[in-house]
Amino acid sequence: MKSEHHTIVALVEDRPGVLNKMASKWRQRGFNIESLAVGHSEIPGLSRMTFVVDAATTDIEQVVKQVDKLVDVVHIEDITDESMVSRELALIKVRCTAQTRSEILQVVDIFRANIVDVTHESLIVEAVGDEEKLDSLLKLLEEYGIIELCRTGRIAMSRGPTKVGPPEELHVLLPDLQGGRAPGGLY
Amino acid sequence: MGKQLTGAQIVFESLLKEGVKHVFGYPGGANLPIYDTFIQYPQIQHILVRHEQAAAHAADAYARVTGDVGVCFATSGPGATNLVTGIANAWMDSVPLVCVTGCVVSSLIGRDGFQEADITGITIPITKHNQLVLKPGDIAQALKEAFYIARTGRPGPVLIDIPRDVQQQLAEFEYPERVNLRGYRLPVHVDMDEINKAAQLIAESKKPLILSGHGVILSKAYDEVRELAEKCDIPVITTLLGISGFPGTHPLCMGMPGMHGMYWNNMAISDSDLLIGIGMRFDDRVTGRLKDFAPKAKIIHLDIDPAEIGKNVRPTATLLGDVRQQLQALNKEVPPATHPEWNAWLRKMKEQHPSITLPETDRVLPQYVIQQIYEATKGNAYVVTGVGQHQMWAAQYYWYDRPNSFVTSGGLGTMGFEVPAALGVQVAKPKDTVWSICGDGGFQMTLQELATIVEYELPVKFAIINNGYLGMVRQWQDLFYKNNRSAVKMFSPDFVKLAEAFGMVGIRVTDKVDVRAAIDKAMSHPGPVIIDFVVDEDENCFPMVPPGASLQETVDLPAPTPQEVLSR
Repeated sequence: MKSEHHTIVALVEDRPGVLNKMASKWRQRGFNIESLAVGHSEIPGLSRMTFVVDAATTDIEQVVKQVDKLVDVVHIEDITDESMVSRELALIKVRCTAQTRSEILQVVDIFRANIVDVTHESLIVEAVGDEEKLDSLLKLLEEYGIIELCRTGRIAMSRGPTKVGPPEELHVLLPDLQGGRAPGGLY
Repeated sequence: MGKQLTGAQIVFESLLKEGVKHVFGYPGGANLPIYDTFIQYPQIQHILVRHEQAAAHAADAYARVTGDVGVCFATSGPGATNLVTGIANAWMDSVPLVCVTGCVVSSLIGRDGFQEADITGITIPITKHNQLVLKPGDIAQALKEAFYIARTGRPGPVLIDIPRDVQQQLAEFEYPERVNLRGYRLPVHVDMDEINKAAQLIAESKKPLILSGHGVILSKAYDEVRELAEKCDIPVITTLLGISGFPGTHPLCMGMPGMHGMYWNNMAISDSDLLIGIGMRFDDRVTGRLKDFAPKAKIIHLDIDPAEIGKNVRPTATLLGDVRQQLQALNKEVPPATHPEWNAWLRKMKEQHPSITLPETDRVLPQYVIQQIYEATKGNAYVVTGVGQHQMWAAQYYWYDRPNSFVTSGGLGTMGFEVPAALGVQVAKPKDTVWSICGDGGFQMTLQELATIVEYELPVKFAIINNGYLGMVRQWQDLFYKNNRSAVKMFSPDFVKLAEAFGMVGIRVTDKVDVRAAIDKAMSHPGPVIIDFVVDEDENCFPMVPPGASLQETVDLPAPTPQEVLSR
């Protein structure tokens, strides 16, 4: 199956249990999540999640719609088709010797990555980029021996002045419900 | 400045603000402060069930027939986990429910305290929303939002968990006027482009069908569906949960589709050029093998849940929102039409494949019992069922003209629903006749609630369709597992003596001639009655779409073998 990775951004309430509700929804519906990154957004009280889903194994429309039904999910958007900046951070601990150290430094330099820790036998490389860039860097470093690897998963932002979030008019609170069912179940 | 109240008092003040009149529940260590306070609120009647599962089912059925939110209470740990089946049932059938559970004291949370269960964690996949409330000042907002979420949009269950100490602490009470749910949005717009597209599709269709589901009942769109059907001369097929959303004896009513649906409906769906799905979700029991479902049809889908659109079938026109509002808009735009050829073809199919004609026999056929209950009640009753053969027969052999008069467990298929659900319906509708059509298996799952029914003087009439088997499972074993009957023959207690032990009237019927008299006797008795109908044990439920087959492969009533004819 051809893999087609979709980048989905969600703004969610920063409350205990919300990540559990998201994860439960993915598991319950059999959605396969490739990566997930969570952190604060520019709006106080809202966390921003970026997650990557492979369309070859998972129905993207259902992922977006089912997650959107969670009350704690304020906004969700598939930004794959937009022009966007996407980045991932990796920390890579590489085995080195006096002989290989300068070779490794050259590679790291080409990839505009940084060395953040040095010992006689190891280096920690800090690299930022899209997944492809990190994958090729890793491939080159593999021959020296990778001791430890951690990657953050993708974060992404669409280019230009617009931002992810519901249109302003949708921020208006729903009309109040004064007990009982209104005609037609509408409020 | 609001009044200072305890957390428990805030719970009841909030319920009063929401118009709650009945609570089904069971006390325990972690909700003692709530029960201690209950006595201060005589406006709300408590129904003490015998098992928390029944509290959830009763509240669920209560909600179905009233259109209000059903409310149930349980304590922490086992009390809360006993609710789980009932919550899952309400979740699958989109029923508004608010469950308030007691939780161990805050300081013990996460420390495996006595009777602790992570009920908010456990119920995440089966609730529309849930919340652990850790401050008494947050209870009112949490309950306001719980009721709001439960009853709006696609309804569903919400669980609020409150630690025992929080129930006792004081806080200022002021019932919030607004919900604060920036992540909860409802589709409230009418998209005229889609309405016009749908009207155009209906105008062009030669073989249209309406598939009317539970959403029609939930949004009370009875008149609107009827107007569309009559204006455009479109036959109406009602899904299991859509039954009683459209009058059962209306000439355009075609009955149920799908696995045990009418043969003519399954053929009509396969031949139709336009399906209008109203408040239904194209469930597998309706569609059969999905890839062969309605191969010639375009689809108009009306539903309030965006995630249902495109989940199982891809519609040509989508009317997203409350189905009543959407239908009102559609009915204005759609031109009147007639489909004499299509309706004549359907009538011919019905004549050639009658699906529900009963053979002449002296045996007590379960279908005959249900037919006789229909004759005796003239359709003027609430019918509650469990799950299995008797449920399908209750859907096939009873005609529901009264809106929202059929209460059954559809999505989850919960055996044992029949007893507590009948309890809930009778509490909601004390003056109406409530018939609970039960299987001998399901009845024994929840029969402890007979005590509740007697205690609260609820005149429920139970008709146990007693074939001595877990009938539907036996049917599948006979048809698809080479007659290998495994764990389906079931011993039952003497149901007549059981009725008497509970202080009810019990009647046993073993002869066909006694069926009607027993039903009449039960209806004339002012209290609860159990009739043990000892029915033919080998009767199977037809028509049937074999599991995994397409609707075109529906097996009609199979012709009887010579041996069967001789044995009659």
